[in-house]
Amino acid sequence: MHEASLAGGVLQLVEDTARREGFSRLLVLRLEAGQLAGVDVRALRFAIESLAPGTVLAGADIQIEEPPGQAWCLGCGQTVPITQRGDACPRCGGYQLQPTGGQELRVLDMQVSDD
Amino acid sequence: MCVVCGCADTGTAPAQVNPANGDLHFGAGAARVSVPGMSQARAIKLETDILGANNRVAQQNRAHFQAHGVAALNLVSSPGSGKTTLLCATIEALKTRAPGLHVAVIEGDQQTSFDADRIRATGAPAVQVNTGKGCHLDAPMVAEAFASLHTHHDHAHDHDHDHDHDHDHDHDHSHGHEHAHDHGHSSHRHSHDGHAHSLLFIENVGNLVCPAVWDLGEAAKVAILSVTEGEDKPLKYPDMFAAAQLMILNKIDLLPHVKFDVARCIELARRVNPTIEILQLSATTGEGMDAWLHWLDHAVGHDHHHHPAEPSAEAALRQRVQQLEAELAQAKAALSADGPR
Repeated sequence: MHEASLAGGVLQLVEDTARREGFSRLLVLRLEAGQLAGVDVRALRFAIESLAPGTVLAGADIQIEEPPGQAWCLGCGQTVPITQRGDACPRCGGYQLQPTGGQELRVLDMQVSDD
Repeated sequence: MCVVCGCADTGTAPAQVNPANGDLHFGAGAARVSVPGMSQARAIKLETDILGANNRVAQQNRAHFQAHGVAALNLVSSPGSGKTTLLCATIEALKTRAPGLHVAVIEGDQQTSFDADRIRATGAPAVQVNTGKGCHLDAPMVAEAFASLHTHHDHAHDHDHDHDHDHDHDHDHSHGHEHAHDHGHSSHRHSHDGHAHSLLFIENVGNLVCPAVWDLGEAAKVAILSVTEGEDKPLKYPDMFAAAQLMILNKIDLLPHVKFDVARCIELARRVNPTIEILQLSATTGEGMDAWLHWLDHAVGHDHHHHPAEPSAEAALRQRVQQLEAELAQAKAALSADGPR
């Protein structure tokens, strides 16, 4: 359950931003957790929601985007979609794949209110 | 509801009223614009890595290790793969093979100091990090543990060869990475020849999932898999084997007694990580330990004179080509994601 630690990291980032920007309420928080980022999105959402009460995250709409996994196939010489590491190339069936996308694990942006 | 025209006043942006002249300002909020259908909320763009705080400390650790001539390895596996036994056997073997090499261990476990006690019994300094409920070590934990190793064990190895510890002890090592900035001026000498003078094993919490995501500042992750576990582990826990530079198949002395397909295990590991290096050994019988010790020689950069093998040069070149192609693909993907402006 490293998602709990990640949720702590998210809270830290939002709190830092709240201090810097001086907003009173977080309305929407948008995250990005790529398919190959090693994170279970449901667990991450659960962890954030468990952590939220009493913090700046309370009551916010948490949106988590999941950029699709992508890899460079050495055999095909092109970028192909994969959903997890260890998948075969959907074109040639080979395993000479180097992930190039879907590894993101970021806080994208937030909507805040000053009232 | 509005008493003048009956319109609903929900969903419209609240305007700020200038008390002097009654002017309405719909863009006085920090967003500086009025967005129809939205209250005066503002957007804050962050695009910040959630692991950023950890990764910054990991980079400091990495710089710190380099400056101190420390080759740090992050040992990851499931519980019971034989990490600690392998470490004890390795430390014993290094005593004769590389007597000048300083070896230290950071032991990560949720509870107890059993493992650190086992390491200390070999004579090597060890510090136990208990993570409590935590399922992995993170970079700040390692920074603190490394600082504590330094303060508590520096005096124990006066046999240290060219790494001259004549620093004055006002210099406070317990500050961990914070003093990484004044290395150039501190009174103790650092490694500038690219060779490590000491080896730091970081034994992570037994867990094949979470430690994959946390960079500790190590030179490499080493995944240990024992043949009692099942050959499909690399595919079941792909993130870990993708993050590892080396996979050690441990307990091979038990192969006659278990159903474990070594070839298939290797095939699956290469599926998730085409460049992963693989060693097979038994820490208990010592079989295969030589190759591991040799790998460690590489890790500390001491093997240049006795290992001029061409095949590995070709492999390295292939790996480099693959790396560059992946980088190219990544750059192209980034370019197309940005789209035409």
